[in-house]
Amino acid sequence: MNLNFPVVKQMGERAILVQFEPEINEMLLEKLLFYKNRIEKYYIKEKVEVINTYNSLLISYMFNIEKVYDEILTIKHLLEEANIDKNIDSRLFHVPVCYDKEFGWDLEYVCLEKKLSIEEVIRLHTQPIYTVYFLGFLPGFLYLGGLYKRLQISRKIQPRLKVEKGSVGIGENQTGIYPKTGPGGWQIIGKSPVELFDKNKMPPTEITPGDKVKFFPILNSEYKEIQEAISKGGFQLRRENYGN
Amino acid sequence: MGTEIEVLQPGLFSSIQDFGRTGFLKYGVPLSGAMDNFSAKMANLVLNNRPDSAVLEITQMGPKLKFHSSTRIALSGADLSAAINNIPIKVNIVYSIKEGDILSFGKPVLGMRTYLSVAGGFQTEMELGSRSWYDGITSYYRLEKDQKIPIHPVNNSIVYTYSSVKVSQKLLLKEEVDVFEGPEFYLLTKEETDSLFQNAFSIDKNNNRMAIQLKEELKNNLEPIITGPVLPGTVQLTPSGKLIVLMRDCQTTGGYPRVLQLSNQAMDVISQKSVGGKFRFKLQTLGNNSFV
Repeated sequence: MNLNFPVVKQMGERAILVQFEPEINEMLLEKLLFYKNRIEKYYIKEKVEVINTYNSLLISYMFNIEKVYDEILTIKHLLEEANIDKNIDSRLFHVPVCYDKEFGWDLEYVCLEKKLSIEEVIRLHTQPIYTVYFLGFLPGFLYLGGLYKRLQISRKIQPRLKVEKGSVGIGENQTGIYPKTGPGGWQIIGKSPVELFDKNKMPPTEITPGDKVKFFPILNSEYKEIQEAISKGGFQLRRENYGN
Repeated sequence: MGTEIEVLQPGLFSSIQDFGRTGFLKYGVPLSGAMDNFSAKMANLVLNNRPDSAVLEITQMGPKLKFHSSTRIALSGADLSAAINNIPIKVNIVYSIKEGDILSFGKPVLGMRTYLSVAGGFQTEMELGSRSWYDGITSYYRLEKDQKIPIHPVNNSIVYTYSSVKVSQKLLLKEEVDVFEGPEFYLLTKEETDSLFQNAFSIDKNNNRMAIQLKEELKNNLEPIITGPVLPGTVQLTPSGKLIVLMRDCQTTGGYPRVLQLSNQAMDVISQKSVGGKFRFKLQTLGNNSFV
């Protein structure tokens, strides 16, 4: 079966799925965010929700879609615009991570497996500027792209039943921060004191698709300082405009 | 005493639900909401509540609840042998409750989930536009012993004529559920689609508000996909052949091929099946899709 991308298909009674080439890259992300924005603007008066992943857009409706044919034509029309505007305001967030062995439960295992010292693991993890592709999995979980090959490692054979909130892990070509305590299969190399999701703030997550993230190492004592500042409401992630 | 319901015994698993949270998928927040939307709505309509008022979703082994004020209640959905002060009550009938009355549940007779509505709806916290309980969003995600659930006071001094609504129990017995092709359906071979629609499937013990796994496996050669959007009702197929039906609390994205998508009614039907409960998938065509 030959697919002509983008493929626009109904997904159940209340959603339309748009699929682009099965790839993970920043050019495709820019294209997706451009179209997402366009579709959101078109539906501004209706209760329609648009999310993006690496290569898809999902348009969710509150009710069963009545005229699917019209709806799909409309979306196809919105996808026709060829001049992708690259001026998406992208911000770079600096996220503190404590790579202390107290938090980095699998740090030694990663060192052994990848034949690296702890310092090298920290350097390789904090050097790249990661791209936020989308949020999913759990409230506030960031899908980040850009992990160095040198740090790519298999998930744990037996997932842990309890990974603590804020834990920073690596698994295959992904890295990320667990936004809440729960089961998890990634190799844990550190922990971040920042709150990635706050239901009492609007928006509950500051970081959005297209933004950038860079990790920086902190000491155990600094971890506790930041944690205290957060509990008093006096902590803000350092950020700067990025690119463009 | 305040206007509240006290949890004497929590039972297996109960949670407050309405029609769920919309508008927060982009932050990774699940939709949530009643597993059997139809029954939740019925429980409210019997009481003349707004259809989307918060109800208590009660799973299989119900709780024991004490009312600290008078109110009116109704149950809809599964028959879990409910009783007020040990006198058996029925589904889809309005009952007046006096201060001190105790609502309890016994043996599950038919179905898996029943919905308790109270006049005016449960008044638990509203978070991100919904009262539906979800771990990390609301303070509770399941009913706990000694918990107090706020409700509106209702004056029952006027003798209330018991009203009952005839609701067909057909959905609780249904063994055929309507499904549509999922995004990766086209990757299945003829043999795979045949066994998907010719065989009966049954509910595995791994089932909760996030997902219901099916016992029977479907051998396949599908590759994992690049993590993409999923919805309640999406049926994922794992490399080992497990079929996973995502339910209301499911994650917003997933990496297994999405072979089917359940209709809204199919989700209601499947959420009323207990472990071992059998059903068949019936493929339906979506709207005018064929013209596109």
